[in-house]
Amino acid sequence: MSTTTGTLTSPRGGRRAVDLVVRVLVYVSALIAIAPLVWILVSIVAEGLPAILSASWWTQDLAGTTDRRAGGGALHAIIGTLEIGLVTAVVAVPVAVMGAIFLIEYARGTRWARLVSFTVDILSGIPSIVAALFVYTLLITLLGLGRSAVAASLALVLLMLPTVLRSTEEMLKLVPDSLREAAYALGLPKWKTVVQVVIPTAFSGIATGVILGLARVMGETAPLLILVAYARNLYLSPTTSNMGTLPTMINSGRNVAETLPGYSRVWGAALTLILLVMGLNLLARGVARAGRLKDR
Amino acid sequence: MAKRIEVEDLDVYYGSFQAVAGVSLVVEPRTVTAFIGPSGCGKSTVLRTLNRMHEVIPGAYAKGRVSLDGVDLYGPGVDPVAVRRLVGMVFQRPNPFPSMSIYDNVAAGLKLNGTRNKQELDETVERSLRGANLWNEVKDRLNRAGTSLSGGQQQRLCIARAIAVRPDVILMDEPCSALDPISTLAIEDLIGELKEQYTVVIVTHNMQQASRVSDRTAFFNLEAQGLPGRLIEINDTETIFSNPSLKATEDYITGRFG
Ligand SMILES: Nc1ncnc2c1ncn2[C@@H]1O[C@H](COP(=O)(O)OP(=O)(O)OP(=O)(O)O)[C@@H](O)[C@H]1O
Ligand SMILES: [Mg+2]
Repeated sequence: MSTTTGTLTSPRGGRRAVDLVVRVLVYVSALIAIAPLVWILVSIVAEGLPAILSASWWTQDLAGTTDRRAGGGALHAIIGTLEIGLVTAVVAVPVAVMGAIFLIEYARGTRWARLVSFTVDILSGIPSIVAALFVYTLLITLLGLGRSAVAASLALVLLMLPTVLRSTEEMLKLVPDSLREAAYALGLPKWKTVVQVVIPTAFSGIATGVILGLARVMGETAPLLILVAYARNLYLSPTTSNMGTLPTMINSGRNVAETLPGYSRVWGAALTLILLVMGLNLLARGVARAGRLKDR
Repeated sequence: MAKRIEVEDLDVYYGSFQAVAGVSLVVEPRTVTAFIGPSGCGKSTVLRTLNRMHEVIPGAYAKGRVSLDGVDLYGPGVDPVAVRRLVGMVFQRPNPFPSMSIYDNVAAGLKLNGTRNKQELDETVERSLRGANLWNEVKDRLNRAGTSLSGGQQQRLCIARAIAVRPDVILMDEPCSALDPISTLAIEDLIGELKEQYTVVIVTHNMQQASRVSDRTAFFNLEAQGLPGRLIEINDTETIFSNPSLKATEDYITGRFG
């Protein structure tokens, strides 16, 4: 910037002061926003790292240990979280993807599409505790079934469905109509066009949305608290009424005294959960990037 | 293979808007017919009714008769999907499938319709790419993405993809308008070869192109915005360009030449 002419010289004192004030405000706000996050992250890593660095953390459950006795690990909770996540995805992904295909490829602009769209909007706004209580009412109060890992998965399905459906919809919208027309012009029926041309073209985007949707529900706690009892032992059957998961492992140890081994397990579980979700996010990025490279 | 197209008294509507009125014309087998005319006069619309592609646009419908060797394409029980296997199409912008390799793009029509025989697919891919004058440029990289080619090569890939399913008729909607002059020339040469086997209909805004590649030329016009477009004159290309019978045709052609 030139300062050679009079009118281009530095601003008067008043303006300079305002500039300074705004600048300070912006920096302080940014700091306020970031500080708690950094603080949480640093304390979780500092407190949790010792726990997850022991080999037994990844290979043993907590059978036979207590909050007072050291040893054992988080295997039961890691497997539980992964299993409930898997069951959730297996139910939610096909429904969400097919719902999105219905909305974009078959019913675009119709009254039906608007109705489904509206319902999905509402669904995406419900709090996780409401989803949990809904499933509780349906399966346990009305049908008389017991609490189970599957019941927790079903509540998570309600939470995952709208996010995956919306992200899939966006990806399908990005597929240019010219590709659909090219397929029709080859004499392909509509369903083959969708399955063989539209979905492969949008695949990496859809997969990214699925992984991010999964990462989002992995840390949900309310459905797990309400619909499945926490267990310190490793249980594999999805119909079992007791299953350990990382969020409920954290919850179960929240009152343990600082000096006991059970205390560091809580931090370890928190760190493990963060690593799991971060891993899924990185995976999603990788998938998105791989898809983009192929387009070139 | 090549078939004769007859259009009788065709009206095309987009919802309540009539885009084209009263078009009747005949396209002989193994000829190239060019559609010319100002923007918005309905060239693409008429072209797309020849393989019922207009039906993918919600609300679009046609009245009148379009027949292929005497078979009414709009007759009861006729499947538009089957029509499009007989009447292929090449679009204005090259649109290879981005999720597929060059090979798979060409094989797409056959593969997706159930052909699994590897040898048959290989032969078809080679024949079609040779037919589209692209074989020598891509034979060493058939597994690369179709979108990795240049625009002109992509357009020839799309032509190869269209002829791979052995249609009777090939429709082209401004196939060169997104291409450089050299790729354009390559496609024009190709059109000359295609007409030995296929019936070709091409929409173009380029008068020289129409006169270079086509045997017959159809001039469309529209009286005013909001009114339907009409077929004004159709004749041998030479006649249209040297001695058109209507003033409007002459004005359009000479206006374009400047
Ligand atoms: N999808 C559509 N929905 C509604 N109206 C349309 C649609 N496509 C075309 N039209 C209308 O139909 C008329 C003819 O359009 P068409 O695309 O056939 O013209 P064209 O001769 O191919 O023009 P251009 O040379 O610009 O491609 C125009 O008035 C246009 O606005
Ligand atoms: Mg057009």
